[in-house]
Amino acid sequence: MLETLTIEGSNKTPAVIFSAEAGVLEISGKSIPENSFGFYQPMLTWIEAYSSAPKPKTEVKIMLEYFNTSSSKCLLDIFRKLGAIQKSGKSEVEVIWHYEEDDEDMMEAGQDYNSLVDLEFKIVQI
Amino acid sequence: MLNLNDRKMEKVDLYNIYLNMEQEDIILSFKGDISKDLLSSVYQIVEARMESDNEDPKRKKKLFQVLVECLQNLYNHMESFQAGIGEGASDHTGSAIFMVGRNKVGGYRIATGNYVLNSNADALKDRIDKINAMTPAELKAYYLERLGATELSEKGGAGLGIIEIARKSGNTMDYNFQRTSDKYSFFTLTVKIN
Repeated sequence: MLETLTIEGSNKTPAVIFSAEAGVLEISGKSIPENSFGFYQPMLTWIEAYSSAPKPKTEVKIMLEYFNTSSSKCLLDIFRKLGAIQKSGKSEVEVIWHYEEDDEDMMEAGQDYNSLVDLEFKIVQI
Repeated sequence: MLNLNDRKMEKVDLYNIYLNMEQEDIILSFKGDISKDLLSSVYQIVEARMESDNEDPKRKKKLFQVLVECLQNLYNHMESFQAGIGEGASDHTGSAIFMVGRNKVGGYRIATGNYVLNSNADALKDRIDKINAMTPAELKAYYLERLGATELSEKGGAGLGIIEIARKSGNTMDYNFQRTSDKYSFFTLTVKIN
């Protein structure tokens, strides 16, 4: 079984818990690092490994307060990799995109990602 | 032409700097090397300040997002710019300046200043003009196009930063290029958040 990926949150980076056992991938907090590419690389590698034997259902919880533009492309990369898992038929992937009350920009960002990838998105207010 | 070495300051006129900052309603400013640790501290200071001012959550988010993109643009620029002028260059063009101001009616202003190569100035100017001329709907479409279509380099955001600054601030960006030598211009970018 693929080991759980855990990254503690900081004032520039989100908390991450990816559990293959539960089929739950969670990213929460702020994502404003200068080097987003380096920060997101372990997540992309993990998803790559997960894709060979995913759970029948995969739940992806995104709870971000802010993210910078360099994180925005990394998030798209994550969704594209998840889209490939969905397409393979090995797992049903659902993204649950959270936004805080009145944060229309964050709600819209969820809709934007939904329009860019072939994945089921549920957009919910916290 | 500006030559900093000619200006030997016997005394630092701190009072004048103070008055200038007071007049411009500056709540935070910095001149020097732009480091990751510096940006962390600035984010904390600005967040704490907005917290203690009971700033409206929407405006707080907008300001913060614009601030992050402005400062990370500056950080990325300085990193590649310094690499370009060579390790250990004592040239003063390797440092930058930024400030955050807040006016009496509660609007914020973020300004950054840095040296750019004259050879890059026109392209930068054209890019800002192009983005300034876009409507919110056009900005959104352009953002999504850039986000979806391009592979990002490890550093930059494929120019997403400047689009995001325009989108989130809801205002056009002011800029100025002051030619300081045959090689460099000092570039100033000012963004308002209502």
